Amino acid sequence: MATLISPDQFSPVEDAEALQKACKGWGTDEKAIIKILGHRNATQRKQIRQAYEELYEEDLVKRLENELSGDFEKAVYRWILDPADRDAVLANVAVRKAESNYHVIIEISCILSPEELLVVRRAYQSRYKRSLEEDVAAHTTGDLRQLLVALVSAYRYDGHEVNERLAKSEADILHDAIKDKAFNHEEVTRILSTRSKTQLRAIFNRYKDEHDTSITKNLSGDPHSDLQKALRTAIRCINDPKKYFEKLVRNAIKGVGTDEEALTRVIVTRAERDLNGIKELYYQRNSVSLDHAVAKETSGDYKAFLLTLLGKED
Amino acid sequence: MALPDELEALNKAFSGHGIHEQTLISILGKWHPEQRKSFRKGNPNLFIEDERNFERWDDHHVRLLKHEFMRFKNAVVLWTMHPWERDARLAKEALKKGPQSYGIIIEIACTRSAEELLGARRAYHSLFDQSMEEDVAQHINGCERKLLVALVSAYRYEGSKLRDDAAKSEAKTLFDAITNDKPIEDDEVIRILTTRSKPHLQAIYKHYKEISGMNIEEDLDADLRLKETVQCLCTPQQYFSQVLDMALQKDVDKSTKKALTRVIVTRADTDMKEIKDDYHNQHGVSLSKKIEDTAHGNYKDFLLTLIARGG
Repeated sequence: MATLISPDQFSPVEDAEALQKACKGWGTDEKAIIKILGHRNATQRKQIRQAYEELYEEDLVKRLENELSGDFEKAVYRWILDPADRDAVLANVAVRKAESNYHVIIEISCILSPEELLVVRRAYQSRYKRSLEEDVAAHTTGDLRQLLVALVSAYRYDGHEVNERLAKSEADILHDAIKDKAFNHEEVTRILSTRSKTQLRAIFNRYKDEHDTSITKNLSGDPHSDLQKALRTAIRCINDPKKYFEKLVRNAIKGVGTDEEALTRVIVTRAERDLNGIKELYYQRNSVSLDHAVAKETSGDYKAFLLTLLGKED
Repeated sequence: MALPDELEALNKAFSGHGIHEQTLISILGKWHPEQRKSFRKGNPNLFIEDERNFERWDDHHVRLLKHEFMRFKNAVVLWTMHPWERDARLAKEALKKGPQSYGIIIEIACTRSAEELLGARRAYHSLFDQSMEEDVAQHINGCERKLLVALVSAYRYEGSKLRDDAAKSEAKTLFDAITNDKPIEDDEVIRILTTRSKPHLQAIYKHYKEISGMNIEEDLDADLRLKETVQCLCTPQQYFSQVLDMALQKDVDKSTKKALTRVIVTRADTDMKEIKDDYHNQHGVSLSKKIEDTAHGNYKDFLLTLIARGG
């Protein structure tokens, strides 16, 4: 369930005017920006951008980029883009940082539905004049490249049928590959990047039934292996996206310092999808609400914006 | 007694592509039992002398005839089919037939536009309850798998923007890989061929010739799959013209013959004109004339009609 609170009726022109008022002159009325944009869904935000463009012959996104700064600016920038465009931007950022940020690419390719991934690929081409797989391939090498390119190129069958016999045989193939420490085994990539998600979940369950450990546990042997980490991420994203995000956000907050990049990403990309479910999981796991944890670890406009997206009532 | 002219006409009606229905009607239809008997006795390749004193149709030939009669029907069905379903079915059939048909998978993945290939992948979901890449990966192994799965999964950028410096250096990469032998095992070769946009690949094609002196597909003679891939991506009309030429030879095997229907039906709405031009340049005779001489009956008329559209 989404956490975003947005009105059924609204006026894009009024919102555009209010935003322009918030930006003009010296200083910026960040509270007004949060109050409006923090309560509009993707369709509404698009209409506001259009209205703003028509009224002021200026791109609202560019204006906000100039007016705001820091983590708050990054969050608002990501929030105001179309979801597919946003994911394209996130993917491009990740690709350019390549080997250390590939989990974002895995998130996008494994959590989105096949059709959603396709829309992101189109948005990527439109923005960067190259295909996503082209860029991923050019910035990675070896086994990681094989896996990542295959994941972003997949157009999985989205049916709910499960072939039990195949689930068993492929669980065995995965088990053998892991046992032989052959994670670059082409079969592992083949199974993870081509099978339908329903079939994969059946395979992971079968794996656990047959071998008494989850497949991700068996893939935890080498802390320095990027490939193992990538495989675990892919499996987690396919198996249970909410659980994956709960862990991501927990790690982003806990300990010294906060990983704002990750925190922003989870909240901004999931606020209109399943952030509520992630919040529930977080509470179950940590006995404190996510809102509370975010409030404690962040400050200023950035904090106010995140809390708004988390569903804080004004 | 059957006249020698009639016999010749009848034999011709059964050989080549398709069946000359009119001949069968006008000659065979008129023959008395004695004439038909003498036809059977005079054609030991079609009729075997059975031990119980009668001339029996050879089963193998009946099957061949069946295929020839079906050629028109198959062309019609394929022509009316939605292009997505068409490509999905062609890919599945090629996968089932085995390695000698994998070139068809390359053909589909590389000559279709990004959206057409996507459509084929969608249709594949509906028709076969799995994804095309899933099926291809499951049935093919080794380096060919990597190439083919990546080719059918591609959703290439189709704009004209490209970086010529990247194209130049990638042409060099390809040249080095080909020179060092076993290019299909080279990750960079696969990366370039399966992810770069077609305009980018055209630029690579040009730069390659400058480096090597030869066209890249000529240097790839030793690697059939890569050769087909490059041809389909960079010089599709030449590729199709070659496939047609092979299909129109005498005495070719079933699969090669089928290519005639496949190429004409799948390209009639796209680049048939350019293919015809290339064919004429390569062979000095028009494609229509060659089809006129080689195919028969309704099948022939249907093909000629398809290729005459759009000039």
